[in-house]
Amino acid sequence: MDTKKSMSVSTRVSDPQALSESSAGLLRELVAHLRQNRTQLREEWARRITRAELLTAMTEEEIFAEATAVYDNYVEALETGTFEALQAYSRRLSERIIPRGVETDEVVGIVLLLRDVLARSLFTKYQDNVEKLNRILDSYEPAANRIANTVAVGFVEERERIIRQQQEAIRELSTPVLQVRERLLILPIIGVIDPQRARQLTEQLLRAIRANRAKVVVIDVTGVAAMDSGVANHLVQTVEASRLLGATVIVTGLSPEIAQTLVTIGVDLSEMATVGDLQGGIEEAERLLADRAAPTTQVREIAPESQR
Amino acid sequence: MEVPILRQGQYLIASIQSALTDADLSHLREALIAQVGRSRCRGVIVDVTALDVMDSFAVRTLRDIAHMARLRGAETVIVGIQPDVAFAMVQLGLTLKGVATVLDLEEGLAFLDGRTKGGLGGGAFDKSRRPPSGPPRG
Repeated sequence: MDTKKSMSVSTRVSDPQALSESSAGLLRELVAHLRQNRTQLREEWARRITRAELLTAMTEEEIFAEATAVYDNYVEALETGTFEALQAYSRRLSERIIPRGVETDEVVGIVLLLRDVLARSLFTKYQDNVEKLNRILDSYEPAANRIANTVAVGFVEERERIIRQQQEAIRELSTPVLQVRERLLILPIIGVIDPQRARQLTEQLLRAIRANRAKVVVIDVTGVAAMDSGVANHLVQTVEASRLLGATVIVTGLSPEIAQTLVTIGVDLSEMATVGDLQGGIEEAERLLADRAAPTTQVREIAPESQR
Repeated sequence: MEVPILRQGQYLIASIQSALTDADLSHLREALIAQVGRSRCRGVIVDVTALDVMDSFAVRTLRDIAHMARLRGAETVIVGIQPDVAFAMVQLGLTLKGVATVLDLEEGLAFLDGRTKGGLGGGAFDKSRRPPSGPPRG
């Protein structure tokens, strides 16, 4: 057998043309075999899925229906050597089954099971002709591995897409920038601020200042339980960046704990306008807006800066 | 690249169109300060809407322009700093302290009107000044 195998290797090297022809022929034979035994192999596969306790979130009928579809797509991908249809199918399949709580290992598991079921049926069919079996497997294995890869990657990609989408949704939910009246925005911050959220918050605020042509912004931190020096400094930076866009920032609702922390750790908030609560902040903002409309007060307000 | 300096009433408007080298910036500073006195301007507007990067030299030059123009009798306002640029600037500690900054050219004109005309209308919130096409964006 060893000599036969080495002979076939040498043929392969010496005549690639003949080999590709014969391997195409083998693949056709293989596909015909898989089509012929479709019902039986599919049932065997579904049985093994149930036995391995995969896809427990789905009913037996659903498993069988999906198994049929996967089987057909699988054979088609083997036959045509193109994976687009399979890719699209695995994406749709993932869309359907991810909400049901199907895990990555289950999906990879069932595809590998199918690969094993089909390989075993090939063993049975060609057990008398080992050399042919070898050549059939030569053309079957790379294609089968690529199919397994395609399905697994499709599943993981779909999952990542959903995760990204959800992250995006959560992030947008967490930082609404609201316009109270013309040229006045409020930004209520609720919950924990991590560096990423802080950054996003600033970006959103700066963009809103530009879009709404805001002159005054009230940032309300009543809903923030704790603040470390990193977040506090970020807040100061946000205030300064807003000023560069021509908007004044008022921070409201600093809790007693945060006030004590900030002073204890020595964050310099002297440049920042702060008011006790949101109501006071909005009143102050409206006063500023009214003031700014009158040029005389504007001169007075800017004067200290110009003396620097 | 030369920055065009336009005269609009009592104000000079320098509109930066593309990234400038340090030499260009120095040249802009000299040209502006010279023109402020020559044309007896009351205000200077530097429009940086087109800039998507602002380094320390650019920021220092803008600050110098503001301070020098003030010595020559004109108020300076920087307009059109992009949100991303603004945030990058504060992260680098380049905050243009003591220099007036507003959103865009329109706001800049309103600001200077407010500073120089002393109460004769035309404040920052005078809606009648707004062009119907909405705020200029860059």
